[in-house]
Amino acid sequence: MKSLYSKQTLKHFRSPHNFGEIKDADAMGEAGNIVCGDVMNLYLKIGKNKNDEEVIKEAKFKTYGCVAAIATSSVITDLVRGKTIDEALKISKDQIVETLQGLPPIKIHCSVLATEALAEAIYQYLLKNKRKIPPDLLKRHQIIEKSKKIIEERYQEWMKLQKAIKK
Amino acid sequence: MKKIYLDYAASTPIDPKVLRITNKHLKNNFANSMSLHFFGQKAASAVEESRKKLAQIINAKSEEIVFTSSATESNNLAIKGTAFAAKKRGKDHLIVSSIEHDCVLESARWLLSQGFKVSFLPVDRYGFVNLDELEKLIGKNTFLVSVMHANNEIGTIQDISTIGKICRQKGIYFHTDAAQTFGRETIDVEEINIDLLTASSHKIYGPKGAALLYIRKGVAIEPILHGGGHEGGLRSSTLNVPAIVGFAWAAEIMQKEAKNENERLKKLRDYMIGKILTQIPRTHLNGHSKKRLANNINISFNGVEGESLLMELSFAGIAVSTGSACSSKNLMPSHVLQALGLPPQEAHGSLRISLGRYTTKEEIDKTISVLKKIVEKLRKISLF
Repeated sequence: MKSLYSKQTLKHFRSPHNFGEIKDADAMGEAGNIVCGDVMNLYLKIGKNKNDEEVIKEAKFKTYGCVAAIATSSVITDLVRGKTIDEALKISKDQIVETLQGLPPIKIHCSVLATEALAEAIYQYLLKNKRKIPPDLLKRHQIIEKSKKIIEERYQEWMKLQKAIKK
Repeated sequence: MKKIYLDYAASTPIDPKVLRITNKHLKNNFANSMSLHFFGQKAASAVEESRKKLAQIINAKSEEIVFTSSATESNNLAIKGTAFAAKKRGKDHLIVSSIEHDCVLESARWLLSQGFKVSFLPVDRYGFVNLDELEKLIGKNTFLVSVMHANNEIGTIQDISTIGKICRQKGIYFHTDAAQTFGRETIDVEEINIDLLTASSHKIYGPKGAALLYIRKGVAIEPILHGGGHEGGLRSSTLNVPAIVGFAWAAEIMQKEAKNENERLKKLRDYMIGKILTQIPRTHLNGHSKKRLANNINISFNGVEGESLLMELSFAGIAVSTGSACSSKNLMPSHVLQALGLPPQEAHGSLRISLGRYTTKEEIDKTISVLKKIVEKLRKISLF
């Protein structure tokens, strides 16, 4: 069947890797908003490798969203496993899109959902453990916060509108 | 795998008899219906016969039917055509419902950019337009009210006879987009005071490429296609004779079968709605439970997103439609679901299942059982 989505995307969508929650996660990052129809939670378990570096031992996700949102969530959990924090922060949306053998142009924003959730998880982890936050990550966090705020405003507007209709 | 088509509101397969007739005309009746020679006249008489058949379905006169290529074109002609005619009389205000098809809404928005004034009539939680608000919105510069007969997404059937009455009292044209009801529901343009009405062939098992706009005699309207002066100067273009003939046959068959078929579909519809709502938790029906198209089901599944649902169903060989943002270009959920006042999660998680002539109870049962599994699977992945 010819589809809007690549084979790889559909494979991840239909049999997503590592979905679910990590109950004792060391970090959790949330991205997206229900107003836009995509919300992702990324859970990380962080430990040491044999060189005594901090690495992501385990990653799981829970996502409400479309085909692309679920597929990109699945892919990022594969991509981060075994990576050091620095390496994980270097994962780009392009890398996700590439791993999925492309995404329809209108769905590219879904790959950002995954990188944002990852950045947020690492940010929360460093913050929680009172560690130095790299300037780039801080900047990304601020941008994500800002866009969350904008969407939150949109959400409030929406709910106001809905209340007016229901009257 | 046996495929199951449950997207009849998007388009319908052509009726086998209509296909035969359409093909015959495509092959043999090729001439330009404007030509005076006998080839041309043969085409012209096929068109006129079709016009007569189609006019009868809504109790109109033949000369009040203008053929177009699509419901989109008919709606564009109705909205823009009456707007430009109204401008000459110094009127510049139109009212459209907020749940119209995009071709009506976009035509209205384009008129805004041309200096016209547009009011978007709100609807209640079932999708019924607010009639008090309609009366309030009508002013001395209003020339047109456009409210669709039945909504294509949620199936809500409007009280068009009251709308017709209001418009007639105020001396304003009433246009209704009947793409989802023509041939299915009884429509009498005289009784309901309809001044303009849109209908389309491919929604009723006819070929694509034929549609009509009913224009009551005396309605002031300008063409949007200028040229050879076909269709009384209102729609220049060589007529698509085979599609028009097919349209008329399809409508005739549809109308003949409508009563029994609607009964059958309503039973299937209510059966399916009941099963889904009781067997799948956190679901609810969008639109009204009774005043809805016999073949329309629109249900929101909390915790799952519409496009994901649609794609999983498609993998299982079942074709449906969704109002989720992810299937739209602007990444916002359907304007219809938004207008109903649905919270975001419910708007994103909606499916439209539309039944038709070839839908069986077995297909419905199969779909319900597949749907149950898919919703369960997606909810496991989902946050909500």
